[in-house]
Amino acid sequence: MSIAPAKILASLSINGSVVECAFNPNKTLLEVLREDVGLTGTKHGCEMGHCGACTVIVDDLPVLSCLTLAVESIGHEIRTIEGVARDGVLHPVQRALAESGGAQCGYCTPGIIMSAVALLEQNPAPTREDVAQGLSGNLCRCTGYTKIIEAVENASAELRSAR
Amino acid sequence: MSDERTVGDERIVSTATNPDIDAAGFTADTKVDSILISADPHPATKPEGFSVVGKALPKTDAWSKVTGAALYADDIVLPRMLHGKLLRSTQAHARIKSVDASRAFELPGVVAVMTGADLRVKYGILPSSPDEEVLACDKVRYVGDPVAAVVADDELTAEEALELIAVEYEPLPAVMSIDAALRTDLPKLHDNPRRTNNVHKEVHLEFGDMDAGFAAAVKVFEDEFFFEGNTHAPMEQHSVVASAGADGKLTIWASTQTPHYLHRIAAQVLQMPASRIRVIAPPVGGGFGGKTEPFAHELVAAFLARKTGRPVKITLTREEVFFAHRGRHPVKMKIRTGVKSDGTITACHLQTWLDGGAYGSYGVATTYYTGALATVTYKIPAYKFDGCRVFTNKPPCGPKRGHGTTQPRFAFECHIDKIADALGLDAAEYRKRISVDANTTTVNGLRVTSCGLRECLDAAEKRSRYAEKRKMLTKGKGIGIAASAYLCGAGLAIYWNEMPHSGAIVKVDRGGGVTIYCGTSDCGQGSESMLAAIVAETLGVDVMDVSVCASDTDLTPVDLGSYSSRVTFMAGNAARQAADGVREKIAQVASEKLDVPIARIGFARRRVFDVADPAKSLSFLEAAQAAEARFGTLAAPGSYAPPRHNPDFKGSGVGPSPAYSYSVCVAEVDVDLETGEVLVERITLAHDVGRAINPDSVEGQIEGGVYMGIGEALMEESAFRGIEHKIPNLLDYKTPTSLDMPPIETIIIETNDSEGPYGAKEAGQGPLNPVIPAIANAVAHAIKGRVYATPITSDKVLRALDADGGAVLRVRRAPAHA
Repeated sequence: MSIAPAKILASLSINGSVVECAFNPNKTLLEVLREDVGLTGTKHGCEMGHCGACTVIVDDLPVLSCLTLAVESIGHEIRTIEGVARDGVLHPVQRALAESGGAQCGYCTPGIIMSAVALLEQNPAPTREDVAQGLSGNLCRCTGYTKIIEAVENASAELRSAR
Repeated sequence: MSDERTVGDERIVSTATNPDIDAAGFTADTKVDSILISADPHPATKPEGFSVVGKALPKTDAWSKVTGAALYADDIVLPRMLHGKLLRSTQAHARIKSVDASRAFELPGVVAVMTGADLRVKYGILPSSPDEEVLACDKVRYVGDPVAAVVADDELTAEEALELIAVEYEPLPAVMSIDAALRTDLPKLHDNPRRTNNVHKEVHLEFGDMDAGFAAAVKVFEDEFFFEGNTHAPMEQHSVVASAGADGKLTIWASTQTPHYLHRIAAQVLQMPASRIRVIAPPVGGGFGGKTEPFAHELVAAFLARKTGRPVKITLTREEVFFAHRGRHPVKMKIRTGVKSDGTITACHLQTWLDGGAYGSYGVATTYYTGALATVTYKIPAYKFDGCRVFTNKPPCGPKRGHGTTQPRFAFECHIDKIADALGLDAAEYRKRISVDANTTTVNGLRVTSCGLRECLDAAEKRSRYAEKRKMLTKGKGIGIAASAYLCGAGLAIYWNEMPHSGAIVKVDRGGGVTIYCGTSDCGQGSESMLAAIVAETLGVDVMDVSVCASDTDLTPVDLGSYSSRVTFMAGNAARQAADGVREKIAQVASEKLDVPIARIGFARRRVFDVADPAKSLSFLEAAQAAEARFGTLAAPGSYAPPRHNPDFKGSGVGPSPAYSYSVCVAEVDVDLETGEVLVERITLAHDVGRAINPDSVEGQIEGGVYMGIGEALMEESAFRGIEHKIPNLLDYKTPTSLDMPPIETIIIETNDSEGPYGAKEAGQGPLNPVIPAIANAVAHAIKGRVYATPITSDKVLRALDADGGAVLRVRRAPAHA
């Protein structure tokens, strides 16, 4: 029994697959991903749009899933941290972060990776300042950002050399 | 030449070559990389002799964290799970006249409600101050104090139900500052017949001959400082899932740095045998000291899981994380130091007043810590310390990275700079002259073993070109230096017992895999990688052959927890001992099979071999199977308890540690003389870690410490407006972003501590401490005036410019009311 409004049935396009799920229409994309779809890789640090931990990519743009209603995402392409590695192969941003120690507690990491992936897709050759700017909406309390920025720079170089 | 000693053994840790690094030091304004310097007094154990220790390997949990696969407490979902919410006080200080939760219980979807009356047990992390209740019974003591709880089928229903709980308060005057807490005409937060005011703890200690010390002084310096409170703000909001099995056994998954302490307190509060409770700490999304004690939500979830027979999850909102707090104490400090004309300290008197917030938390220990470590950095032959912690109607303060030592370090390092300036001494050289020496005992009885403070000072000074820049910087630019020492774990457990502080079990399976069981909690500091590296090194296997089973009170031997920088030293030693136990068995069998004396058996690259003739060898797998055939199950325990060196006086339990790490920071700043804004341009930080088990992890800890130090120095503050937390959210509680970070040069100093595992000491808490005073000293250098309180915000800088000699630098005066 719940006081929440009746659920709606919707199809969401998540990580290249169509996922049919039922959820209360007042739920955020963050809540639906975590609670109704079971994709707990997307984290929450404030649910007020302050920290960036819940960042996902919607139609190639980084989006704060805690400020997005799930119903707004119907008909759009949603990408989450679970869809970044393909066929068991890490994305260069993921690999660079793992290798450089850019993930300490790891809680902000999925959001950071989504912001970084979106940044590199839009700007394949970012300067260090571009990277810092691109990640400025993602708070991290462990690393001091240094290794994260370096990892994104390394991933960017790798992606360009592979092109 | 003394410089040769430290630079002779220098090597670049990063595998990438960096053209910006040359023997003469760094070129300014370039991307920087880490340097490792060996000041190893035991050159027989060179890192080159190690296969795993000293290698910059990825952390063992890196892959689960970059793929989103790591399951944190809030990611756990159990069948039939209920969601809980806490109702928190809207009053700072009030008697509770009544709590009526009946209407909430009637709301469809609500399964149970709970009020203070359901669990009237007082508890506290320290046995000396059990002053907390799971839910307030008779009184609330801060805005945010938990009063009632609801569990429901979903979070929204639970939240809605909170609105239906009626609490009748009888408000009392709120005590909101240290000064107010010292008054005798305000109500006391806690009943204590021995007190007429809100003092929680007083400490008065004196060592050496203070009168003679001050009499021998040529000059006496006196200063007063204030360190503002701030909070950990880990990215993960605290979360718990509790589930009672059909057999009545309770399992608690909690984002905690101290599963063992939660285990103890849950048994005490729920009044059930600890053997019927299992506590598991999943990966913790950041702690910094903020998750080192049991919280109301954890005990509520446990209680209601038992009551309802269904699993209960409670995850705090970000605002609630600010209320749960246990963060940095605001501390007012007075220092009086006598010195000879060359700066030699003859006596020092430190007084501290801590604003403790509403409850005890670790506060008794914090109070001692504001005084205890003052003697471990510089030689002080006579020392007096008076500490006083008070209760106020604010969220309780507790331990944050640097626990109680960060605030006096800020004060002392600023004070030392002022002394150096007054005596015409170079601040860096002066510090080297008065540094403590290795293998000495301080006046308050603390045993210093390995000490790389001078090497840190040398390296940081040289790399930053401190001396040169100190003389030639232009208007508004400043450079400052500061030093610090920190514990490698507290010498005493928080509850009295004679058992080990860390335990570990190492087991080898028939496939050659090695598992280590240890109670440590990984909050991102890399404790699991550290354990894996130590065990892999000892057994000569690959790090990826080692699985770490950690922080599960059913499966793992006790480790007291991830606090006071104790894990590498203590759990690392326990792990090494356990691995040695297994190694001995394998070595014995290998010695017989290879017909080689046991002393010549070596372990590396998954082989067990004759060190004199490595061709004579067995694979690790063959040797392990032979050992299992001979001895049975191949496993061994290890334990670590720190040596008992504490002198015999009340309070002597706080301060002793099996070793101390040392850190030195040089900060370079640019102060906008028009706006007072401080920009940190560059940080150089040298950290004596004994031995870097994993240089990448050490570097990461240093960078994180620098980051947090910059935040505390310039922006972070727990501010209150009247009785309310002014900024309980991550937008207004300012923390540095990726745009605020300067280039950081980290220098790892290795002193190979003779008691640490493979020579290692702590890494992580220590390097935060010098950052704040280094920035303060750099600002003072830049503006020719001093800011005596953190955070060093624009308004304070402008006032200092007006008040001090820096007025000549000022473009426009601040308005009179500022």
